[in-house]
Amino acid sequence: MIKKSALNPENAIFRETVPAGEYFLKVVKAGESVRILDLEGNQAADTLFYNAHNPTERYSAVDTIRAQGNVYLTAGSKLMSSENNVMLEITADTCGRHDTLGGACAAESNTTRYALEKKCMHACRDSWLVAVTEHEELGMTKRDITHNINFFMNVPVTAEGGLTFEDGISDAGKYVELKAEMDVLVMISNCPQLNNPCNAYNPTPIEVLVWS
Amino acid sequence: MLETTVPLYDDLLPGGAHWSFVMRKDHVLRLIDETGHANIGMLMYNPENPLERYNMPDTLKNQHTFKLTKGHVLLSDMGRVFASIVRDDLGWHDTVSGTCNAKLVEQRWGKKTYQDAYNHCHRNGFSSFLNELAKYGLGKKDLTANLNWFSKVKTDNGGNMAYVSDHSHAGATVDLRFEMDTIVVLHTCPHPLNTALDYPSNPLRYQFFKAQPVASADPCKISSPEATRAFANTALYHTMQP
Repeated sequence: MIKKSALNPENAIFRETVPAGEYFLKVVKAGESVRILDLEGNQAADTLFYNAHNPTERYSAVDTIRAQGNVYLTAGSKLMSSENNVMLEITADTCGRHDTLGGACAAESNTTRYALEKKCMHACRDSWLVAVTEHEELGMTKRDITHNINFFMNVPVTAEGGLTFEDGISDAGKYVELKAEMDVLVMISNCPQLNNPCNAYNPTPIEVLVWS
Repeated sequence: MLETTVPLYDDLLPGGAHWSFVMRKDHVLRLIDETGHANIGMLMYNPENPLERYNMPDTLKNQHTFKLTKGHVLLSDMGRVFASIVRDDLGWHDTVSGTCNAKLVEQRWGKKTYQDAYNHCHRNGFSSFLNELAKYGLGKKDLTANLNWFSKVKTDNGGNMAYVSDHSHAGATVDLRFEMDTIVVLHTCPHPLNTALDYPSNPLRYQFFKAQPVASADPCKISSPEATRAFANTALYHTMQP
């Protein structure tokens, strides 16, 4: 569902551009809104959310899609935690559909999906592993890297039980905006994937904006 | 697929229960829906390093599928094959719906504690998984998207999910051939989208067999280039093992 935001970027309390292949880590407080902006188009933003005070409680893809009875995320979707609490709600979406079944790329899944010799290509899971090891104060490890949201990614499921990766339906300037219902740690990998159409074979920067 | 037809072990797990064990490489775990309408929640871990675990997204996207059936492989997050589905009587098993929790069970079927009903209490999948995971030093951080054997959840073109009741039947069988040593954690608690009036309590018969050696043209191994590469990763993992 396409729904525009009334928030003005000039009033944002935080703005940061995240190049492809980098991670983004920030606490967004309950009541704040966070926008992920696809600056140049067709860029996948692989995103995980944690309870900022207890990262064992975290975004749960399966609980989220089951609670809303639909496998796609868009405006109105409430993002559920592993403890079945609402973490955030998608309040605006100019893209219309986001994936949460396709997971993130990893060095190891690159070997199976594309070729064994692709194992040294940069991948989202490596960005997250760097994020948690560079921030030991979070107390997080690989155990915390769970099933994520792929903002701006298009992974249609068919009635016959098929699943495909289609060209992105995002474009330059499209965004998704979420309002936090609890204090959340946002961990994004701006996807470096070069082997499939999720980034149009051309990974580009995203911008993250926060409003109080 | 089986080296012998007599199981090495045969057991019946009651409905609304949980259990776990280690499957060894080159053995088959047979799951039988004993009385119909079973749901088996399942998670998998590498006993040598439990940070390696069953990965729903990798399993689905590598095989371009939303459902699981014969010919598919169950992948770890390290690009290897825990198990191959070498037999399936149903054609569709769910792995995207998660598991029921205490709140959901209480809302749908009422609370029934151990004090109320002893071992016929209403257990839930979330607590059942945690109970078994703790036996291996694992916990909430290790919970991932689970398998729901014998259950079907389909979608329409808009992505709306629908639970298919009456999908399974008495005697329906799934054979999983393990390609690695694997901690198997399972429960027989209801599927989280099951809306049956009474708490669904359906037993699982499960059996262990020795598997026949995996042929070079094994149907699961050659089912897709992705599966073939996952088998290559698994073979590499075992290269230096006795």
